Amino acid sequence: MKYPPTPGQTVGPFFHDALPYFGGSDLVPPGHPGRIHLHGTVFDGAGTPIPDALVEIWQADAGGSASRATGSLRRDGFTFTGFGRAATDGTGGYSFSTVAPGPIAPASAAFFSVCVFARGLLDRLLTRAYLPGDDASLAADPLLVSLPPERRSTLIAAPDAHGFVFDIRLQGEGETVFLWHGSR
Amino acid sequence: MAELMTTTPERATQDDVNEEIAAIVKEYDAALADGAAPEVATRLDYPPYRSSLLRHPTKDLHHADPEGIELWAPVFGERDIDALEADLTIQHGGDPVGERIVVTGRVIDGDGRPVRGQLVEVWQANAAGRYIHKRDQHPAPVDPNFTGVGRCLTDDDGQYRFTTIKPGPYPWKNHLNAWRPAHVHFSLFGTEFTQRLVTQMYFPGDPLFALDPIYQSIVDPRARERLVATYDHDVTQHEWCTGYRWDIVLTGTHRTPVEEDE
Ligand SMILES: [Fe+2]
Repeated sequence: MKYPPTPGQTVGPFFHDALPYFGGSDLVPPGHPGRIHLHGTVFDGAGTPIPDALVEIWQADAGGSASRATGSLRRDGFTFTGFGRAATDGTGGYSFSTVAPGPIAPASAAFFSVCVFARGLLDRLLTRAYLPGDDASLAADPLLVSLPPERRSTLIAAPDAHGFVFDIRLQGEGETVFLWHGSR
Repeated sequence: MAELMTTTPERATQDDVNEEIAAIVKEYDAALADGAAPEVATRLDYPPYRSSLLRHPTKDLHHADPEGIELWAPVFGERDIDALEADLTIQHGGDPVGERIVVTGRVIDGDGRPVRGQLVEVWQANAAGRYIHKRDQHPAPVDPNFTGVGRCLTDDDGQYRFTTIKPGPYPWKNHLNAWRPAHVHFSLFGTEFTQRLVTQMYFPGDPLFALDPIYQSIVDPRARERLVATYDHDVTQHEWCTGYRWDIVLTGTHRTPVEEDE
């Protein structure tokens, strides 16, 4: 790489007037076919929920395509843009309404790309939230296979009544696997 | 405040924090002398920044080749923002107080290619060092003419440009008499989601640099200086504002030309 990257810095405590936006966590509107709830809690190393974190998701549509459509910041209610942003609430919870992503490559495991920011977290963290259920694809997934078995489950969302739960643990027991892509 | 997290019951002084920072520098310099590669990134585990103690992963980041959706990034366009959002000085009925500045620069990827038509978001304190945020307790005046939030899209050359007010330094609760150097928060996207970056831009010559654990969490001095804008008299405008230039380099990309054509 020819140019060294600009380092990251913490999002700090004062991002709420700037980054979250109206409709940010609603990738699809109520009543949309296949609408699901993706939600969870962000925890620190003491198991305490983090009320000043920000979670972003970036995902394929239900058919496994990456959206090239604009409009994530001003949603029209019809166009699926694949991007969502949600600040955690007072209980450390975040919540998105979206659709389950399809696998981008045939027979690959489908996942949400997840980016986490928080006061106290000096640089953003990237991870994946895999959809549960397709055991054959999960068992063959190159990233999951490269992990010790006891850590794989930190990347697999759990089904619930309306969708999936994906908790994020920044540190300690059950620490989420965070990713590095070779250049930072 | 409740969110103060420290390992000791007594709040540290600036001298205590300076000592901790110096010890980390000493250790880093020794590693360099032993042939270690210079660090380019921010440390996640940096105890002088107390809030990081319980909020950094203890396990190494796991290397993964980007796949699927990670090889793409959200697309933003004219529909997402208003051109007026790039001027933070015209969002209210009157002029904000402070030193009017233009901050401009280029967003490129690790191979030097411009990041075109992509979203740049900024937020900052006002000239007195106060955020509009409801949890900012600093007893400095809120400016009714300044929210301190802006957005723009990069142009075809990767250039962004904001008109704003030079933010003031502000106190925080990391330790006794802790002050942040003046900064503007930046949020950036590339052409792949793995390039996602949130960082802070600083102003040249700030006397608080050496005292600030957030800035110092980038332990390599050359890497740290990449966050400092330069004063640029060609950006400064006659009888109107002063100008700063700050270029941003995202990480490299992974998508192959075949995927690019799809
Ligand atoms: Fe700040």
